[in-house]
Amino acid sequence: MSKIDIAVVDYGMGNLRSVSKALEHVAPSKTVVVTSNPDEIIQAARVVFPGQGAMPDCIRELDARGLREAVVAASKTKPFLGICIGLQMLFEHSEEGDADGLGLFKGNVKRFVTEAMVGHDGEKLKVPHMGWNQVYQVHDTHGASHPLWNGIEDGARFYYVHSYYVQPDDESVIAGYSHYPNKFTCAIAQKNLFAVQFHPEKSANAGLQLLSNFVNWSPE
Amino acid sequence: MGLAKRIIPCLDVTDGRVVKGINFLELRDAGDPVEIAKRYDDQGADELTFLDITASSDNRGLILNIIEQVASQVFIPLTVGGGVREVEDVRRLLNAGADKVSINTTAVLNPQMVKAAADRFGSQCIVVAIDAKKVENQPFEWEVFTHGGRKATGLDAVKWAEYMVSLGAGELLVTSMDRDGTKIGFNNPLNKAISDAVEVPLIASGGVGNLQHLVDGVREGGADAVLAASIFHYGEYTVRQAKEYMAQHGIEVRL
Repeated sequence: MSKIDIAVVDYGMGNLRSVSKALEHVAPSKTVVVTSNPDEIIQAARVVFPGQGAMPDCIRELDARGLREAVVAASKTKPFLGICIGLQMLFEHSEEGDADGLGLFKGNVKRFVTEAMVGHDGEKLKVPHMGWNQVYQVHDTHGASHPLWNGIEDGARFYYVHSYYVQPDDESVIAGYSHYPNKFTCAIAQKNLFAVQFHPEKSANAGLQLLSNFVNWSPE
Repeated sequence: MGLAKRIIPCLDVTDGRVVKGINFLELRDAGDPVEIAKRYDDQGADELTFLDITASSDNRGLILNIIEQVASQVFIPLTVGGGVREVEDVRRLLNAGADKVSINTTAVLNPQMVKAAADRFGSQCIVVAIDAKKVENQPFEWEVFTHGGRKATGLDAVKWAEYMVSLGAGELLVTSMDRDGTKIGFNNPLNKAISDAVEVPLIASGGVGNLQHLVDGVREGGADAVLAASIFHYGEYTVRQAKEYMAQHGIEVRL
């Protein structure tokens, strides 16, 4: 098997072409594979864990393909980027279909409550939360933000499509947040893992910068 | 600050070229799809919509090539509609690089196809396009039309929108057939009636002639996104100018 720089985990839930094309665009010299082979996930230097659709289906399909173990191992050992449902699945439980996730992070995945969806000028806010929203980066006590935010303006807009959001028990893992209308977590980070609710592969320059940062990231 | 209102240039594609029609007739050539898509992306378009209006089934596959090319060069959401008849058509378009697929006539002929597509691929990628016209001879104000505005369906556009969302539509693209190509502005009462009736985002379409129309579409029509073709294709305005104008009028946009 030839060397795999980046494995994009494919468990049959939707189209991963956008993710792989965007990665190839920011890293033209790297080998990007879209794979449902656990060996390739184990072998790859970096792993991207995307997802779309409903979380219960995603977990079911992940297990049906025998990918859970490889994904969990990758999330603990190498640069790992979760996207959208790929963020949500890392948590213990989701309100969507009352489903259990992979349980790597304590906390729940919750739905935007329709009745609360009123904007600052009284307008009705739609669900799904679809479109470009501002992403605020979390800074540590030295004022530094996560290296995956390098070169991205604090408050830059990223493209979202989702009706559920994560609520980590441990706030120290929160790396970014947005408002709709209330503040919600849109990025988490822990050691070699980074995961986002928005779609960097569809977020024009800001998204490509984040993917480029991921491809070049050497977590300590 | 929160979610931005989206500006979506629309590219009508036939036989591999972008065209613009007046009231769905009289097509004029507007250029190469990939070049136009890249230009709009550079100008800050939030999303792009491609409507395949190719008449001959022989040339319908051309849209897949176009989407493949655009999707490897443009990293914003792409919606494709036109001629989507089966779940398999949705799959092909998503695999080519579309993020969302817009279903129009087939939704009327076979509503369960919308449900089947949403169940299989998720509501986030299923847009239902509703072409509506003001009518006098019905117990409701706006009627759904199909086949590019030629066939009346007897359906109330607002009720239809609610039904489509209940089947799994994740977004609605509402085109006023009375306004399309006229440049007199969106049909804001129609859009507002539908936007108020559903939980999912509404894209307003049909009738944009100037930048104030975009502002009105959001303010008066309750649109979450505004779609326009000719004002951008013929260089009357850039997408950036449109966004700056909206921002000056207090609408949150991505600049």
